[in-house]
Amino acid sequence: MASITIRGVKKNYAKTQVVHGVDLDFASGEFVVILGPSGCGKSTLLRMIAGLEEISDGTIAIDNTVVNKLEPRERGCAMVFQNYALYPHMSVAQNIGYSLKVAGVPSAERTQRIQAVARVLELEHLLDRKPMALSGGQRQRVAMGRAMIREPKVFLFDEPLSNLDAKLRVQMRSEIRKLHRRLSATSVFVTHDQVEAMTLADRLVVMNGGRVEQVGTPAEVYSRPASRFVATFVGAPAMNMLEGEVTLDGISLLGDSRKLNVSRTGLAVGSKVAVGIRPEAVRMATPGTPGALAATVDLVEELGAGRVIYVDLDGAPFSVVTSEIVHPEPGSAVGLQFAESDLHFFSSETGARLDVFKASVPEPAPATL
Amino acid sequence: MEKRVTFSKWTIGILFAVPQLFLIFTFFYWPAGQAVYWSLTLQQPWGGGNIWVGLDNFRSILSNADYWNSITASLIFAGISTGLAMFIALVLAALTDRQLAGSRLYRVVLIWPYGIAAPALALAFRFILAPEAGFMAVVNQFWPGFWDPGLDGADAMASIIIAFSWKYVGYNFIFFLAAFQAIPRSQIEAAAMDGSGVIRRFWDIQFPLITPTIFFLLVINITESFQDSFGIVDIMTSGGPANATNLMVYKIYSDGFKGLDYSGAAAQSIILMLLIIVLTIFQFRFIERRVHYR
Repeated sequence: MASITIRGVKKNYAKTQVVHGVDLDFASGEFVVILGPSGCGKSTLLRMIAGLEEISDGTIAIDNTVVNKLEPRERGCAMVFQNYALYPHMSVAQNIGYSLKVAGVPSAERTQRIQAVARVLELEHLLDRKPMALSGGQRQRVAMGRAMIREPKVFLFDEPLSNLDAKLRVQMRSEIRKLHRRLSATSVFVTHDQVEAMTLADRLVVMNGGRVEQVGTPAEVYSRPASRFVATFVGAPAMNMLEGEVTLDGISLLGDSRKLNVSRTGLAVGSKVAVGIRPEAVRMATPGTPGALAATVDLVEELGAGRVIYVDLDGAPFSVVTSEIVHPEPGSAVGLQFAESDLHFFSSETGARLDVFKASVPEPAPATL
Repeated sequence: MEKRVTFSKWTIGILFAVPQLFLIFTFFYWPAGQAVYWSLTLQQPWGGGNIWVGLDNFRSILSNADYWNSITASLIFAGISTGLAMFIALVLAALTDRQLAGSRLYRVVLIWPYGIAAPALALAFRFILAPEAGFMAVVNQFWPGFWDPGLDGADAMASIIIAFSWKYVGYNFIFFLAAFQAIPRSQIEAAAMDGSGVIRRFWDIQFPLITPTIFFLLVINITESFQDSFGIVDIMTSGGPANATNLMVYKIYSDGFKGLDYSGAAAQSIILMLLIIVLTIFQFRFIERRVHYR
């Protein structure tokens, strides 16, 4: 168990900078997930913790020891790679036990520890096989075993589930979670899959373009996204965003066609804002209901447990998730209602969250009803 | 799934194979058969018939001390030059694999020696290693008599080994580098995370994973060192001094075309062929077992 302290870490490749000054603190025993789109620098950050990439600037400390100049083997981290990176010429037992062999652990103890790890991961009957003869899920487990056997201070996971099929992914996800509860080693898990991120994380780090956008529990990140990027990246379907402009008595949406009454704004009249509302927070209403936004149905996606209804709001795409059994015809008119407290506001210029608003129930402009 | 072309009539398939079969027959089976026939007869130096002598040619060759000397020289040459060419290439490729800046340049530059005809490179090395004027003249200046391939058989052997290895280092390097690059980086990184240092990683991960390439190059290098050495020997030492570098392939030529013993030369070429076949079978039987194919 170990804490990880990251201070002002930057990474440059020749002339391109891929990580722009990251500051993070991971507590001992915490399960942290770094979430972000591909190319956001999340894997690079993980590899810098592991010692596989040089740190261009800033410091990384594990248990208050700066590890910038240490070799990977001196850092006490174990890593599970995306493609598993098993040694193809070694058996499962040899793969799992390789680190012990390198460390010079006597053969008898090695066998014993390999057996113990294999028992936890249910690999006992596969110990003599070569990785070639294993299924994807089994390979994944061997990769986990290879990391576990060293009893590392820190577990690093580099998108370890992305090569598995959907069912296995769910299964491995819960196994990783269980394993973490058992070992309670500090874990850093990198992924671009938000379901993985939400389900696994004690704390979520959302990254974009080499910067940290938000750090928080999955619930915090979902309910109070710190930026427009986080708002649209976390949650599926993505949060609806409507462009608006601050007016004297509220916010006009979609080029004056709709109006939102907000009781107080901290922004100058005329400044641009983005108004966000989660599809799950929108309720369907009969067209013409007072206070409801009028829209036209584009497409309905049946999900079994619920439905995603894509509607057209004066040309702007908008989605609604409902668990009601409704199947509106494409082209039909619907009304959309939502609570004021479910609205999120972001600056159109910086994308930062604005908490200065108190919005009231939206009042559609009469002309469009 | 395997894609396979099927022909409705087997004759069409045969027709497609004919050009290839024709080439193999003309340039391999026919000459080889002819050599077998000559080796069992006594050919007259200036033509005009031959006499069937059975295995007498082989008996006479195998009871000749000069020939055994030639076999020994060939085996020494094959062993050392293959070892040297492969070892140097392996080290260069392992180093290049770690720091890849400019690797394209290495690839181009290092394949060139293989493109040089053996006699041309032999001539170059004859000058480079000349005891009276070349680079070694400097060494001789300080240790008089240290280097004299014209008189010392070991020096002559060393010269042809150096020339041959120089040519094959480039060839081997290309294959080794490609093999190293085919190993996924993450496997090396995983080993690094497992606590393995550079040298240990090389022996535990990289080396086992390039064994197919090592095996391939071993077969090629040994075979070529028996055959491709002719031009080098001819230009650099002509088999001397005192037959020290009279390799089997060179002895075939000198006995056949200089000594006009066609039948003996034919028998020698059959023995050389058998030796290469036996060595290759041996390699496949006993060394290939230790190869990890992925």
